[in-house]
Amino acid sequence: MDSAFFRAWLAQAAAVIEAQRDHLTQLDAAIGDADHGINLTRGFTAILAALDGASTPTAGSVLTLAGSTLISKVGGASGPLYGMAFRSAGKALKEAADASPQELAAALDAALAGVQKLGAAKEGEKTMVDALAPAAAAFNEALANGRPEREALDALAAAASAGAQATISMQALKGRASYLGPRSVGHEDPGAASTALILGALRDAFVQEEPGR
Amino acid sequence: MKKLINSADSVVTDALAGVAAAHPSLAVDIENKVITRAGGPTQGKVALVSGGGSGHEPLHGGFVGYGMLDAACPGEVFTSPVPDQMLAATKAVDGGAGVLHIVKNYTGDVLNFQMAAELASDEDIEVVSVVVNDDVAVQDSLYTAGRRGVGATVFVEKIAGALAERGASLSEVAAVATEVNERSRSFGIALTSCTVPAAGKPTFDIGDTEIELGVGIHGEPGRSRAPLASAHDLAAAALDAINSDLPLAGDVLVMVNGMGGTPLIELYLVYNEVHRYITGKGASIARNLVGNYITSLEMQGFSVTVCQLTNTLTELWDAPVDTPALRWGR
Repeated sequence: MDSAFFRAWLAQAAAVIEAQRDHLTQLDAAIGDADHGINLTRGFTAILAALDGASTPTAGSVLTLAGSTLISKVGGASGPLYGMAFRSAGKALKEAADASPQELAAALDAALAGVQKLGAAKEGEKTMVDALAPAAAAFNEALANGRPEREALDALAAAASAGAQATISMQALKGRASYLGPRSVGHEDPGAASTALILGALRDAFVQEEPGR
Repeated sequence: MKKLINSADSVVTDALAGVAAAHPSLAVDIENKVITRAGGPTQGKVALVSGGGSGHEPLHGGFVGYGMLDAACPGEVFTSPVPDQMLAATKAVDGGAGVLHIVKNYTGDVLNFQMAAELASDEDIEVVSVVVNDDVAVQDSLYTAGRRGVGATVFVEKIAGALAERGASLSEVAAVATEVNERSRSFGIALTSCTVPAAGKPTFDIGDTEIELGVGIHGEPGRSRAPLASAHDLAAAALDAINSDLPLAGDVLVMVNGMGGTPLIELYLVYNEVHRYITGKGASIARNLVGNYITSLEMQGFSVTVCQLTNTLTELWDAPVDTPALRWGR
């Protein structure tokens, strides 16, 4: 997976975030402040603009640039948190021109660690961590079991979606939804939902790049 | 949705252009979305920088000027500004005595200001941050994001700004800001929702005879839904919540704040109820503000903020201030 692949992922993610913009904002309206889809659409538009014309020789440089762009352009909590996720993943990939599945797994772990360091959220607190953590674990596990990349990415996307769905029954303990206390139960966390979309786009970008896989 | 806008995407920058045109006392960097006092930094004075999502006007830009803030960074509507903006503001106003960041306690604001403070320290600017968290509607717990920062922000900016104007050090200014926050409590009640321009529809659904008790300044739901009641009962509900957290006693500073869509006649009517409640508890309203100071777009409703005064805090409150939204003594 090279620089072009990660660019394709981000383009795919931008498209799906834009398509789901109103849905994400509606999720946020229920338990937050009704701007998640708007902010992420602005952020991914900014990522594509930053990548356009930028030199990104390595896989990691694509993600690092994406992360820096989110931090400096988006605001809210999602800007720094997603920015940290992409930057941490990009830095974990170091100077490799081409990332192996194992290196991608390490990058996902680094993204999770970056988000948790900044946001101090643990699993079960109704945040993006509830999609990212099981997704990274499922990807690692599939690779450890010798599954091919495609299957590992399927497992990643499925675990992210299931993790986002699981936030519906959780009470929020971090972020703006935590102000609601028990009233936050019954709603999907918008950050977990967008994380599932972005990780689903990773799998889709892989499938589209080589449809035979 | 009916709004006086040109396009939903340019609401903040179009409004900033209006602020620039209306107030020659301010320097407005529309591209970077930074409002500072015209004339550059005040050498040797601690600078005060605040910021947050737009839609709460006059907070924060309306409080830039003598005796209050040195800079404000408005984000998109209800979205915290970004570290680049905060860093630009911090550098623009640093007069060599350090910079105080006044941050309302929301996850996004705290994260972005934290990053900005780190960037500023990389450039050898001393920054201290004070987080405002006065909203008693939110349970204060290690297991939540903590209380939201609301009306006390106005008090913190005014009183810390006055002390900075007298040449106090960064640690002294930060200490008084912290003291004002600790002595202040707020509670808000919404009658209607608000509509974020880019979202195009109301943030929450609320029936014609329902109210939201403990609403946040972004239309976040609060403690509970309740049926509409008299101003007397609503003022009592807000003050019961405040009084049970910080008992009303001695001299207090009180703000009855409109959420953006409440006429002044109703705010004064509420103030009357607030005044009767507080004096009935044996406390004395030494100073007050009635009006729209920290709003939520066009939401109907009000919030009450109470600060327990000391002689020093009263004196700093009375000190001259000259900003678009707060002006006296000069």
